[in-house]
Amino acid sequence: MIVAVASGKGGTGKTTVAASLATVWDGPVCAVDLDVEEPNLHLFLQPNLTGRETAYMTVPQVDEAKCTYCGACSELCQFKAISVINRLVLTFPEMCHGCGGCMAICPEKAITAGQRELGEISWGQAAGAGFLAGTLRIGEAMSPPLMRQVKARLNQQLAADGGDAIIDAPPGVSCPAVNAVLDSDAVLLVTEPTPFGVYDFKLAWEAFTPLNKPMGAVINRAGVGNDAIYRFCREQKLPILAEIPYDRAIAEAYARGRVIADVSAGLKQTFISLRDQVRDLASPGRAQEAVHA
Amino acid sequence: MREIVIISGKGGTGKTSLTGAFAHLAGNKIICDLDVDAPDLHLLLQPKRERLEEFYSGNEADIDREKCDGCGLCASLCQFDAIKQNGDGFMVDPVRCEGCKVCVAFCPNEAIGFPEKHCGQWYISATRFGPLVHAQLFPGAENSGRLVMVLKQQARELAETRGAGLVLCDGAPGIGCPVISSLSGTHLAVAVTEPTPSGRHDLERVSDLCRHFQTALAVIINKHDLNPAEAARIEAFCRESGYPVIAQLPHDPLVTQAMVQGLVVTELPETDFSRELHQAWHKIEEMAGLKP
Repeated sequence: MIVAVASGKGGTGKTTVAASLATVWDGPVCAVDLDVEEPNLHLFLQPNLTGRETAYMTVPQVDEAKCTYCGACSELCQFKAISVINRLVLTFPEMCHGCGGCMAICPEKAITAGQRELGEISWGQAAGAGFLAGTLRIGEAMSPPLMRQVKARLNQQLAADGGDAIIDAPPGVSCPAVNAVLDSDAVLLVTEPTPFGVYDFKLAWEAFTPLNKPMGAVINRAGVGNDAIYRFCREQKLPILAEIPYDRAIAEAYARGRVIADVSAGLKQTFISLRDQVRDLASPGRAQEAVHA
Repeated sequence: MREIVIISGKGGTGKTSLTGAFAHLAGNKIICDLDVDAPDLHLLLQPKRERLEEFYSGNEADIDREKCDGCGLCASLCQFDAIKQNGDGFMVDPVRCEGCKVCVAFCPNEAIGFPEKHCGQWYISATRFGPLVHAQLFPGAENSGRLVMVLKQQARELAETRGAGLVLCDGAPGIGCPVISSLSGTHLAVAVTEPTPSGRHDLERVSDLCRHFQTALAVIINKHDLNPAEAARIEAFCRESGYPVIAQLPHDPLVTQAMVQGLVVTELPETDFSRELHQAWHKIEEMAGLKP
């Protein structure tokens, strides 16, 4: 089972929720940081890293001795990553999406696979949980290619060892956020009850609804702002699975790098209850079986 | 004409609330919301829309079931797992399609269309603080970087025609394509951070990005009293790296109160928070070369 923790608005508590859920999870679990632009999960889980590797994607490399400057590659490329001007062929590897079209279409087989560095993938162990993260190279514009590689490693790991995964997704509602929740079994939307929080929550809900995944809301800093988020969840029949109260002591504990589930017995219980509800959400049969038993 | 963009790395540090206040304090300017993915500035500025334009960008493959003979070449060529078996034919998963056209070009039956993608809308609006150029990328859509470039271009042209000396932009979180686009041609980036492990870590990464693109950077530490030791570490980092810390703002419920009323902080009765913001704005004006 894969649970994605997403949000719309940044800074609402995704990482807090993901780290706390991983801490209270019963059974083998891997905490996965897919917010590759600004990965923060390691700051709270303090993993012992056991491996890392540099991630690359395939970009075109032209053998000018074979090139006839026919221009088929630049005509096909939708991303302006390869261009033929008279008897000159230029590549712009940072624009390349890695579709492989130029290599496939070149009649002279003059284009071979070069590499662009995307960033780093690291893994290890964190207090009983597995840990896996992607870190985007500074200056790299596209996060989905690195995210896909992190997910491929996760899938290999889950296929070999079993267990569950909790994904810390990037903020926003465009391609990186959608990519992070795409292969999950349930999505937790974390928000705060402020006008910004509610507005971005609705956008996230709109972006993820077509994916047809069970979704639930977690309301952080409950007590600030207004009640618009509660109305929206009620209207859309979106279950609110947990509320974390607004409390300066929690904000200060977070600011010191604490996992919130470890701050008090009450908060720990909040996350244990969230964990059980998420399990039911991700496997709807389970709750019914429990009722019948 | 000068251009300033407010960024943060980490989300939720207060970028938009501070941009709104600076929009109140700045003289003749064009305001621009470059967080096209999850824009919030309009919630403070209540814009009256004067112009609406559709944003089309990129294309999307679309298989014609009538013409598809099910050979599967498209699925074997697609690097994005976007083509799935559908009965005895194939179909495109629009969420995964990158719009690369490879399947379109290679289909032996010319069965794949390639319509343009409608990704969002952009607007020019009037607000109580001046014109606002903003947008809404459709939820789940792509090409936020291109939409950021469209907004910047519109804001610059508007500044030109209205004789405004400043384009003040609210940026997106992160360090990826929309942020990179928002830094292009900007005179000053102002990073808003908070004294938490995430705030410091993300500031370090976004400051590396500014260095990479040779954009001048100033730093504001918001909610500095949440963890004074971490705030001191951020200050030390900024000192060593040569980024001026232009304000340290307290954690103040006023920010949320203003947001709920659809106002910016500096429109509420004066507090330490708003006094510090006024000073920060004067420093930004100096750094961006807005004062002679």
